[in-house]
Amino acid sequence: MSPHELNPLILTLVTFVPTAGAILLLLFPRRASSIRSFALIVALGEFVLSLHLPLEFDTAKSGFQFDVNLPWISSPNIHFHLGVDGISMWLVVLTTFLVPLGVLVSWKSVRERVKEFFILFLLLETAMIGVFVSLDLFLFYFFWEASLIPMALLIGMYGHERRVYAAVKFFLYTMVASVFMLAAIIWLYAQTGSFDYLVIQQALHGEQIANISTAAEWLFLGFFIAFAVKVPLFPLHTWLPDAHVEAPTAGSVLLAGVLLKMGTYGLLRFNVGLFPAQAREHAPWIVGLAIIGIIYGALVAMVQPNLKKLIAYSSVSHLGFVVLGIFTFTQAGVDGAVYQMLAHGVSTGALFMLAGMLYERRHTYEISEFGGLATPMPVYATFFLVITLASIGLPLLNGFIGEFLILSGAFKAKAIYGVLAASGVVWSACYLLWMYQRVFFGTVKLEVNRTVPDITARERLALWPTAVAALVMGVAPLVWFSAIDPAVRVALGPLGRELGRLVGQ
Amino acid sequence: MIPAEDYIRLLPEIVLAVFGVIVMLAEPLLGPRASRKPLGIVALVGTLAALVATVLQADNLGPAFFSLVRVDDFSVFFHVVIELIAAVVILASLEYLDTQQIHAGEFYALILFGSVGMVLMSSAMELVLIFVALEISSISTYILAGFRRRIATSSESSLKYFLLGSFATAFFLYGVALIFGATGSTNIQDLGEALRAGHSSALVYCAVAMMFVGLGFKVASAPFHVWTPDVYEGAPAPVVALMSTAPKAAVFAVMLRIFFMASAPGWFWLVWISAVLSMFIGNIGALVQSNVKRMLAYSSIAHAGYLLIAFAAAQDIGISAAMFYTAAYAAMNVGAFAVVSHFAAAGERYVGIDDYAGLGRRYPVLAACLSVFLLSLIGIPVTGGFFAKFYVFSAALKSNLVGLTILGVINSAIAAYYYLRVIVVMYMREPEQEEALAPISPSLGVALAVSVFATIYLGVLPGRVLEFAQAGAARLIK
Repeated sequence: MSPHELNPLILTLVTFVPTAGAILLLLFPRRASSIRSFALIVALGEFVLSLHLPLEFDTAKSGFQFDVNLPWISSPNIHFHLGVDGISMWLVVLTTFLVPLGVLVSWKSVRERVKEFFILFLLLETAMIGVFVSLDLFLFYFFWEASLIPMALLIGMYGHERRVYAAVKFFLYTMVASVFMLAAIIWLYAQTGSFDYLVIQQALHGEQIANISTAAEWLFLGFFIAFAVKVPLFPLHTWLPDAHVEAPTAGSVLLAGVLLKMGTYGLLRFNVGLFPAQAREHAPWIVGLAIIGIIYGALVAMVQPNLKKLIAYSSVSHLGFVVLGIFTFTQAGVDGAVYQMLAHGVSTGALFMLAGMLYERRHTYEISEFGGLATPMPVYATFFLVITLASIGLPLLNGFIGEFLILSGAFKAKAIYGVLAASGVVWSACYLLWMYQRVFFGTVKLEVNRTVPDITARERLALWPTAVAALVMGVAPLVWFSAIDPAVRVALGPLGRELGRLVGQ
Repeated sequence: MIPAEDYIRLLPEIVLAVFGVIVMLAEPLLGPRASRKPLGIVALVGTLAALVATVLQADNLGPAFFSLVRVDDFSVFFHVVIELIAAVVILASLEYLDTQQIHAGEFYALILFGSVGMVLMSSAMELVLIFVALEISSISTYILAGFRRRIATSSESSLKYFLLGSFATAFFLYGVALIFGATGSTNIQDLGEALRAGHSSALVYCAVAMMFVGLGFKVASAPFHVWTPDVYEGAPAPVVALMSTAPKAAVFAVMLRIFFMASAPGWFWLVWISAVLSMFIGNIGALVQSNVKRMLAYSSIAHAGYLLIAFAAAQDIGISAAMFYTAAYAAMNVGAFAVVSHFAAAGERYVGIDDYAGLGRRYPVLAACLSVFLLSLIGIPVTGGFFAKFYVFSAALKSNLVGLTILGVINSAIAAYYYLRVIVVMYMREPEQEEALAPISPSLGVALAVSVFATIYLGVLPGRVLEFAQAGAARLIK
């Protein structure tokens, strides 16, 4: 069988292989030691399978590829419609890349209810991939909500002391915000009789719906609130630090690495893709919030005594860059935003893994408990440094490309955006390097820290891929942009038309 | 001379009544301390036979007994729903009665008699017959509510339900009398013709309001909901499973017939206000409950509110949305109460939310079932509850009831919190007591399996049931 023959099936497979793995895990005896290995095999197999997408992706074609479109329910008219463009394809690969790493870091740290843990973890993978590949709004909403339950359970069952509070807060924030999106989706269905993304887009842009302009305001806001909470955009970010601090390491990796990107992906796909006029109209204050998020997140990260909280706030800051990039509506800005999503997924995912490894050894995240760790843990310190530098945005590492493009887009849109956002880059260097200094440099103050063991082979296995990815993404971004760039051009197409009309008037 | 097919059109009612009588006759044959399981099985066979009779009926639609009853797709739909509820409730009670040491076979007979009244309500075309059927169903449930008679709350529940319930049926009867005065008929078909011809005096409006009070009480919609939490708390858990779903489905069927088939005027704002009040009172009330049965009582008030949204929507889509909602709500609520009644153990000791701590670890299957039902009550996709809400909200949006829909959506967000709390307690809290629960009996297993299957089926492939409901709706407004 040639690889081409797999094309019509591949998205269905990539979406549901983890579910199949989870179902098979159900059959394992409760205390079987093979549960972890099996989960790892499924996750790795899934990653290899997902590599089919970039290998077979035709960068010359615009629009969605590998699509399947089968009727599912006749009333309401719901289709099983999947497809990816250059943006969502790489987000799928990011997901499948992070999941096996998450399995590796949970190897020892999850001791109880191991079977349930990996079942939830694999189900979460299906839901996350489903969000990125769905082209039917109903299906999208289904996966969106479905991702919520395993994540909340992972936080609530395997987290730290205040896990229940964090899990409930996470669930309610996202759930409450997404009912507004549901209302908007139902409204669109009632008007167009379809859930299909492309059909709805056509109807909205072709102005086939009567009196759409006032309704579109509300629809835009309905989608926006759901995504803004997920990103999270200032001032809706308050669930994030709690969720991160309490989540188990693998949960944090996926939360920061993938779940937050569901929000920015949604903003790009739905808010910009379906409502270009409203997006343009609302852009000033959204950009304002994004810039506040960048600076505020960085300043709060600076003063955090807790390592995990610091990384969590750094996410608020970095995701602010992504939102800024999207709402500059420039090719460079949106390209950069998509790239920053991928880069942040890799480097923040790695930071959370590193923090988790430290926690396994010392059972604390307090920065003041460490100091001078470079002496007992040289290998660990090296990995940490590489990832920290990637996160700061050092040239030749992955963070640089995205931030650079976003900033150049921001300057093009309005110079003040660029100036303010650029200060965020400086801040991120401050808080990350200062944190690194306090944790690794100087003399070892606490006696316990003298004998902390360095990382094991299994942990290295989890860290190497992220370090390599950070480097490769930094030196060879064209591998990614060859697919991202055309997709962004298509996504910005309606905006161009919108602009043309404004000018025409 | 009454033609033979008239009897076929009443066959499910006849079958249920006959089996009820058989149960009563067989009851004295069992010793006073013997388990009543055999009688339960007889009753179960009765409900299944009634289901078969309903299927027979489906090929034989039409009016019967001088248009006193009318069998159409609409009534068949409610027959199936109510008979399935009765069957599942009986399955869940088999074990419950033994654990609670209730040795009275009348329990099953009363469920069957109650079902006679309920199914009759969905096919009755005559307001007086509806009243009689309503009384048959109500009186049976009054007694069932007081079945744990050594327990004060159960007797309180029964008495309260009885007193307030009689009051409410009196309102309904008053309404029937007034509408007879205004139009000279109590047949829904004739009423419809008279009202459509422009007979809408003040008397008619009064009559509609009166009937709405009586029926609103039976479905526990605000402001006629006050009895619900106390009655649900005291009544035996399987009985609550029955009375929170089956009589409500029947009364909603009556409301649909009166409002849409008879084109009763002036109910739009009654329904609008009652829907909004029910949703807010139900959901906010449920937030603060610490007893699972009370919480589900408030939740059922809220669900009556969502259902009334469908009444406010345009006819064709509103009716089918309401019908689908009753079916989905029945599946998830009966299932939830089946778990509650098993977990309550002897004397219904464990009905506090805190008692559910660690259920996920101790009884994974039970906890997983309850989670499915609760997620469905929240309205998470791939459960029946999602499509139920979905159809109702989209019917409302299509009828331009944007305000009502937004209030509904806000309420479903509030509701997520208290359902979720139970799931959180089950999975994320450590158990305080480690008392072993009786293993799940085969009958309860079947009851749970049927409920889970129905909940998921309605959530994954809602098409067939919806099409059937649409056919019923079309029949109703023709």
